[in-house]
Amino acid sequence: MVIEQFGWLIPVFPLVAFLLIVGVTYRFKLLSAIVATFFAGLSLALSVLIMVQKVINPVTTEKFINWLSISTPTQTLLNIQLGYLMDPLAAVMSFIVTLVATLVLLYSIGYMKGDEGFSRYFAYISLFTFSMLGLVISNNYFQTFFFWELVGLCSYLLIGFWFFKPEAADASKKAFITNRWADFGFLVGIIGLFTVFGTFNFGQLATQIPQYQNALILLGLGLLVFLGPVGKSAQFPFHVWLPDAMEGPTPISALIHAATMVAAGIYLVARGYALFYSVENVMQVIAYVGGFTALFAATIALVQKDIKRILAFSTLSQLGYMMMALGVGSMTSGMFHLTTHAFFKALLFLGAGSIIHAVHNQDIFKMGGLAKKMPISSWTFVIGSLALCGIFPLAGFWSKDEILTVTLQHHFVGLFVLGTLVAFLTAFYMFRLIFIALFGQKRSDHHAHESPWTMTLPLIILAVFSIFAGLVNTPWFYQWTGFSFSTLVYFHEPEIPVIHWSIAGLSTVAALLGIFTAWMIYARRLISADMLATKMSFLHRVLSNKYYIDELYAWLFKYVMLGLGKVLDFVDHVVIDGLFDGTAGAIRATGVRLRLFQTGRLQQYALLIFVAVAILVLWGVR
Amino acid sequence: MIGLTHYLIVAAALFCIGAYGVVVKKNAIAVMMGLEFMLNAININLVAFNHFLHPNLVLGQVFAMFIVGIAAAEVALGLAIILSLYRQRHSIAVDEMDILKW
Repeated sequence: MVIEQFGWLIPVFPLVAFLLIVGVTYRFKLLSAIVATFFAGLSLALSVLIMVQKVINPVTTEKFINWLSISTPTQTLLNIQLGYLMDPLAAVMSFIVTLVATLVLLYSIGYMKGDEGFSRYFAYISLFTFSMLGLVISNNYFQTFFFWELVGLCSYLLIGFWFFKPEAADASKKAFITNRWADFGFLVGIIGLFTVFGTFNFGQLATQIPQYQNALILLGLGLLVFLGPVGKSAQFPFHVWLPDAMEGPTPISALIHAATMVAAGIYLVARGYALFYSVENVMQVIAYVGGFTALFAATIALVQKDIKRILAFSTLSQLGYMMMALGVGSMTSGMFHLTTHAFFKALLFLGAGSIIHAVHNQDIFKMGGLAKKMPISSWTFVIGSLALCGIFPLAGFWSKDEILTVTLQHHFVGLFVLGTLVAFLTAFYMFRLIFIALFGQKRSDHHAHESPWTMTLPLIILAVFSIFAGLVNTPWFYQWTGFSFSTLVYFHEPEIPVIHWSIAGLSTVAALLGIFTAWMIYARRLISADMLATKMSFLHRVLSNKYYIDELYAWLFKYVMLGLGKVLDFVDHVVIDGLFDGTAGAIRATGVRLRLFQTGRLQQYALLIFVAVAILVLWGVR
Repeated sequence: MIGLTHYLIVAAALFCIGAYGVVVKKNAIAVMMGLEFMLNAININLVAFNHFLHPNLVLGQVFAMFIVGIAAAEVALGLAIILSLYRQRHSIAVDEMDILKW
């Protein structure tokens, strides 16, 4: 119980690290890295303690101070709390964030060695971790929004870390602007929530929303608030920033894709579940947006050549899965997949970083034969891929099975079929990547070598988590320990985990089929990939260009936005300025005439005064 | 019998003559004289009202005395201004003093 009182320290440690690096250790590169890693480790230790506490006694702890309160005697006009909310959901999330952040920091010591901005990098990551953890433990929408924006800012800083590269600078701006669009809706949504319910607090909203009758307003608010997660979690149509975010250093991608940033969107949907759950239509929108994104991104990933882009689209697809799970009505399975995904996606990105570090190239067709030269990086990468594909008994198997099961249980048959198809596609593109990049012949003249221990140790730790993390939501684990993921993180009622072997079998078969197809095409070369590409050249072109969404946005910007801008410019310069300039001109012209009255002749003034007084008096007498 | 009305008529006539002088006279000293006319018209009013409406009070007389005093001060000041104007411009014609405009 005592430890819980200090839970608010979890985000404070990285903040201290940030301040220390900026203020004190900026010149001493290695010291900066050690400070950042040490404080992240402290946060990790604290969140492990709190998570253990929450497993033993899953109660909600909430503490807050009124940060800004404006009220009249009869009503509260504005009440913003600065608070700390710790329940199993927040505990699990802070564990994921601190674990991945610590490992990424450790890994970065090796990866970023010799970089100009070494200290700056570690300062940014500490700030990023602080923002995300602040978001995780916040108890109200306003504070969430505050940290939400901080997370956005940090992602901007880190994506554009190598700001001297024009692509990186563009990508960071793209990420920021895309999120800005989405956050606008989110902000309007939370202001609307406050206007209707008079509070930002999650707990109070959760009790008030089910009693609220006006479904139309709830629908509007739900959709507006959902816009935020659509942007942060890069769901269609705000997904465009995530693949471009690859311009940042690779460990940052691991952090963004696994623990911070994109996870924030999913976490917010889970945190504000009461709002979304109250309107069926919003839930359907969430489910179908998620399902569509899952399929959409998976198809693009099939033809990409850049190792990080493949992983980026894979993240999009998996985030779609989580959204779908949340949308069909199971918060548990969405969060569970977020958890397992955090481990294996962090593993995959760090593995990719290790490979890129060795090969100095991101094109998978320039790699090949890495398994022999970099055994640890390669085989942990394979473990991560197997987990992502959902192969028994790795982590992804349990969470993916769970999602497909709830989809079917809530009668979303279309989404179930789609989910299974995505499982097939996922397995295909991941093993396409593996067969091309890790096995076979050397495809270019590279001198790959294994990375230093600071880089391989995080890989091994994450690989262990990728293998075993899924077990926490299995019936056996429940029988053995008396708790499981689904009895801790839930909405309304805790559930006891069950496995539906038929569904699990189906998705595993789909995944194996995907691996087999990839093996046929890329390892045994029984089917020529080039031939397929030429046969379906239209499809190939569309997929390679990511469905031309970027081009569409560019077109929309060029013609619609700029056109609108020109119209508004006309309105501003001609109509509005005309109005004001005209008023001013009229007044000036009047003044020019009126000034003739001022002759400077005293006697005229006196005459005027007398006449005026006479008129007034006569008028009064009448 | 001479009543209040007669006094008021005299005062009004005096006031109008004074006002006319202020507005039309070119000579600044004549303008000042017009002003004196107006002030004294008011004095007549005050004294007459006092006498006919509140015979037991001396309020009106007191006010009249005040105004006489203030008028003296005003004349002293006005003549000083006129004198310095004359020194500056060698003229005391009011219609030539029109530089007070933009």
